[in-house]
Amino acid sequence: MARLSDENVRLAKEIIGRYPRARSATIPLLHLAQQQDGYVTNEAMAHIGELVGATSAEVYGTASFYEMFKFEPVGKYLINICGTLSCALMGAEDLMHHAEHKLGVKLGGTTDNGMFTLERAECQAACTEAPCLQVNYRYRFRVTNADFDALVDDLASGRLTDEIPPHGTVARVRQHIPAERGVGAVPPEDVTEAPSWMDGKAAL
Amino acid sequence: MDGRKGSAVTTYSHAPGFIAGDRPRIVTSRFEFPDSYTLQRYLATDGYAGLRAALGRPANEIHDEVKNATVLGRGGAGFPAGTKWGLTPQGVFPRYLVVNGDESEPGTYKDRLLMERDPHQLIEGCLIACYAAGLSQCFLYIRGEMALAQERVATALNEAYAAGYVGKNILGSKFSVDIVLHWGAGAYVVGEETALIESLEGNRGMPRLKPPYFPAAIGLYGQPTIVNNVETLANLPWLMRNGAEAYTAIGTKTSPGTRMVAVSGHVKRPGVYEIINGVTTFRDLLFNEEYCGGIRNGHKLKAFVPGGGSAPWFTEDQLDVAFEGPQAGAAGSMLGSGAVMVMDETTDIPAAALTLTRFYAHESCGKCTPCREGGTWLERILSRIVDGKGTDADLAQLIEVGTSICPGDFPHASSKRLGLDAVPFPYKMNTICFVGPSAYAPINSALVLFPEEFAARVTKRTMIPVTAVGAAS
Repeated sequence: MARLSDENVRLAKEIIGRYPRARSATIPLLHLAQQQDGYVTNEAMAHIGELVGATSAEVYGTASFYEMFKFEPVGKYLINICGTLSCALMGAEDLMHHAEHKLGVKLGGTTDNGMFTLERAECQAACTEAPCLQVNYRYRFRVTNADFDALVDDLASGRLTDEIPPHGTVARVRQHIPAERGVGAVPPEDVTEAPSWMDGKAAL
Repeated sequence: MDGRKGSAVTTYSHAPGFIAGDRPRIVTSRFEFPDSYTLQRYLATDGYAGLRAALGRPANEIHDEVKNATVLGRGGAGFPAGTKWGLTPQGVFPRYLVVNGDESEPGTYKDRLLMERDPHQLIEGCLIACYAAGLSQCFLYIRGEMALAQERVATALNEAYAAGYVGKNILGSKFSVDIVLHWGAGAYVVGEETALIESLEGNRGMPRLKPPYFPAAIGLYGQPTIVNNVETLANLPWLMRNGAEAYTAIGTKTSPGTRMVAVSGHVKRPGVYEIINGVTTFRDLLFNEEYCGGIRNGHKLKAFVPGGGSAPWFTEDQLDVAFEGPQAGAAGSMLGSGAVMVMDETTDIPAAALTLTRFYAHESCGKCTPCREGGTWLERILSRIVDGKGTDADLAQLIEVGTSICPGDFPHASSKRLGLDAVPFPYKMNTICFVGPSAYAPINSALVLFPEEFAARVTKRTMIPVTAVGAAS
């Protein structure tokens, strides 16, 4: 399962086709790999390298820069509690301590049953709704200790399966450009002229 | 619609965080509709009318209209969009548009709301920019952690392609452009425009050496590239429908229009407000009933961050500063990305500064030594002080490390209480981008404006002179 599946290779080729240079698709394809396996495997990185024209080391070089890519299995639910100023002012530290106690793991740890990974996150752009957290990048706002307990129970019992996909899936909707509508990407060296509408006349 | 109206404000359960008031709304006009993100609602509320108006005129006229409106960049630097578009070298093609939706400055969120609540407005803005500046492909870079924004924009793009608003021969005209949705993967520094381009090329998101100062000269794949913020582009459909004159009639001459500001922390009504550029003051925003309504639970204001985590702090002495870049600059800080974080008198100032310094130390890309090493040093020294294990030598060391990132006087606000004058913005820096200076900004503000909180925290350390260890001769 570690290389990209046939269906994902088809998707990968569609994504690569949107960029003037294939290497630009590296991050989107890493997301695809993480969606497939829950984390990014070495085999997937080598496969992505083949698809975009890079070595696996180059793909790993890129992947390892970004917080969201994990290189070993994490919990089915990744819980990120924000600890930056606005959330800290509204009690994020207490919430983190409570979360550690509730889950029985330290920040950065994964529960023995593989269900939850707990992390301290940096600003999640929901500062007025502090303290906030994300579960697999889905928000929970103004979280109290009781809210946190209820959330964990709901996740554990499968009550939120429809709303929150397992770790690896971020957006559940993908862009699709219909062949008859798309302009298509060309390498920059194949374009030298101004676009046709830059002729000093109205386009409509 | 389930608007809940208070005395002077309205909130909507479908748009948590956003608070409407009785003011002009340029970019948030559809937020009141629960289905504001659908093509159907968009078309029912003037959607794509700005694009149609723009395509009915030559591209250079549209560029002039944006220049005349002085649409200031809403990402942080406040550089006028029309001027930025004009920096592309003559006759060099292709040119690209890269949309900066990697919003991650501490305290900031407006781009996320704009993408979640009104994605078609952003798409229309992108198309107008591409038409006016001759940009032949658009890449819409959305922060990786924003799952809902990605889904809403993806859905909107799919709808817009199917309906003929994006892609080949838009609205049946000779104007054709693709908008490609691109997701990030978690890295604050990628909000810096050259780092964003590196990331979009599939690399580690590290800022490029400058010059060239603007990717408009050399950007994506070495081609002229315009990088615009989401909110900046979201202004364009309204501008095209109403014209530069109507736009500049709101706000002031140098800061026209509106802007979105997120106010968080210890206020009664934290929220994202669309305020009047150049006119609204921090006092209005923090204390008026039509905005935040004052400090929570009868507490007193201690300090506030006026423009995102990178900005030097203000206190009550700066409340009458308006949202006008030069005013904030002269007062010792910046308006940045439209994020105000408010601290009341219960706040532990060194600990508050630590949360921000930790953020920037964590987010350093490692390219420039003063930031890579300095940020970590600052975090460790400040942690020691916050834990009560620091000495007066640590305080001196904070300043020494800070000065190695930003030589000379670091900007700060004036203080009546301490009899201090302001040091105006900006600072000098030994780094390529603003991450390094931002690690020091909160520490410098805290040290300068609240020295007693540090003095009470540290013990005196006796320095042992080198000569006492062994005689030199």
